[in-house]
Amino acid sequence: MLTAAETEALLLSLRVSLAAVIWVLPLALALAVLTRHAFPGRSLVEGMVHLPLALPPVVIGFLLLIIFGTREPVGAWLLAHLGVRFAFNWTGAALAAGIITFPFQYRAIRLSLQAQNPGLDEAAETLGAGPLDRFVNLTLPLALPGIVAGAITAFAASLGEFGAIITFVSSIPGETRTLPLAIYSALQQPGGEIEAARLAGLSVALALIGVMLAGYADRRMRAALGA
Amino acid sequence: MTIEVALRHTQGRFTLDAAFDVKLGGITALFGPSGAGKTTIVNAIAGLIRPQSGRIAIDGEVVLDTAARVFIPARLRRTGCVFQDARLFPHLSVENNLRFGWRRARVRAALAQFSEIVELLGLSPLLARKPARLSGGEKSRVGLGRALLASPRLLLLDEPLSALDAARKTDILPYLERLRDLHRLPMIYVTHSTEEVSRLADQIIVLQDGRVAAQGTVFDVLSDPGLGALVPSPGAVFPVRVLEHRGDGLTALAFDGGVLLVPHLDRLAGTALRVRLRADDIMLARDAPHAVSANNVLPAKVLSVRTHHGAHADIGLRCGNVKLVARITRSSLERLGFAGGQHVFAIVKSVTVDPQLGASQDHAP
Repeated sequence: MLTAAETEALLLSLRVSLAAVIWVLPLALALAVLTRHAFPGRSLVEGMVHLPLALPPVVIGFLLLIIFGTREPVGAWLLAHLGVRFAFNWTGAALAAGIITFPFQYRAIRLSLQAQNPGLDEAAETLGAGPLDRFVNLTLPLALPGIVAGAITAFAASLGEFGAIITFVSSIPGETRTLPLAIYSALQQPGGEIEAARLAGLSVALALIGVMLAGYADRRMRAALGA
Repeated sequence: MTIEVALRHTQGRFTLDAAFDVKLGGITALFGPSGAGKTTIVNAIAGLIRPQSGRIAIDGEVVLDTAARVFIPARLRRTGCVFQDARLFPHLSVENNLRFGWRRARVRAALAQFSEIVELLGLSPLLARKPARLSGGEKSRVGLGRALLASPRLLLLDEPLSALDAARKTDILPYLERLRDLHRLPMIYVTHSTEEVSRLADQIIVLQDGRVAAQGTVFDVLSDPGLGALVPSPGAVFPVRVLEHRGDGLTALAFDGGVLLVPHLDRLAGTALRVRLRADDIMLARDAPHAVSANNVLPAKVLSVRTHHGAHADIGLRCGNVKLVARITRSSLERLGFAGGQHVFAIVKSVTVDPQLGASQDHAP
């Protein structure tokens, strides 16, 4: 049904997006929690977080290239001391997708934290719960719908990321050629339209499954909160 | 148990400057119009706000002293809170809401038996439900149970009934009365409702514009003619006991100053109740009236006369050991010339006896 190259692109897309979501989630959560309360420089932090929304993905890819390229200081250091290489590697694709989709996760978590009634936290305090206890047993469960919604949006956006990935890690089959990159390279070949159409169909099916799963998760969580 | 409170706290244009020492027993009402500073005081006692300056000691233990930089966090104060909006945790079942404070309690009071509280508040059919599936009255009961199960030494209730309609209120009041009478847990009850104070409170602290305007037993304070406009619908409250059911369909109630006759009350002789005589429902006569339709004419002595803005004057009376207050017009006052020490007759037009108006053991100091 699917050719080996198609399966490869599909699985790579899922792997890159999953990694992007999982690595970014704790960071976005931590930052959303930290920026709940005002502190000097909060608006600067928030501005930085939202930068990927405003910048062209190609610019992000280019910036990553001049930071994490193996001949650049940071990239060279990471390779020499930790053996970590982002350039022309699938982890680089995940890094690019993670940075592009960071604002989606951050915003969803931040909004769900803001929507919480501070009175509940006070009630928990009068019932003997300390700060960590309240965070784990009250704040986090109440923020869960926001966390999941942010993760799903970020996953979907990661599946579609093109500009930052192709600029940073190029389009290497089996390594960095995710579905959108595969469609693009199919179109570069004479007579590649049929291949492109098959890959596009695959993307549509993937998106449809994702949207349905997101709706299901949302209904389950709303039911759990009794709303 | 005693509580000492002295607070100064400014928020915008509002300044709270209140101090009181109370020997807590039964229900102490913090009473006053909205914006008088009631909620700020209970939040400071609970540890939910840090006042700019002040000192609070519960049973001798200093929980706040800004001068000595003492601030015991709310979770260590063992002050249970019942909020107006219940504040149940939406992701937990009723049972897990109830167990939230119970699991975390470091000290477990005898009354905090889970099954006992569940039964007292009639919560067993609700245990598996989520808060979103509860009615307003049910939420109030769960919020009350949750606070009780955390084994507080003092219960703070911030307008716990004001979000409920009249019917729901009548549902909850008996539970509060049972708590007061059976469990002897001291409670501070914030309200702006004269009815709730008359029915529940043993002591009352009247607040106005952030200051304590009056303080004492509910019997003394509500019969004080000096309160004037502070109480929306003035009138004395005092304890009575059902004496007998008479053949003419009336029930005689004995009080510390005589007998009151009311339409038949379906209560056993000997039952302790509270009655309320609204100041507007008492007429005064200088001489013993003959031929009046009122059943209750009480000989009384004028204690004090207070004229207020507007056309009326409040007359403080003593009838036996019970204090009453009557509201008459200033023109009647001038015509009849009531003065302190004078013997008069109070003609009582109606007596409010709530069928559930509970007995209050005398907790007051």
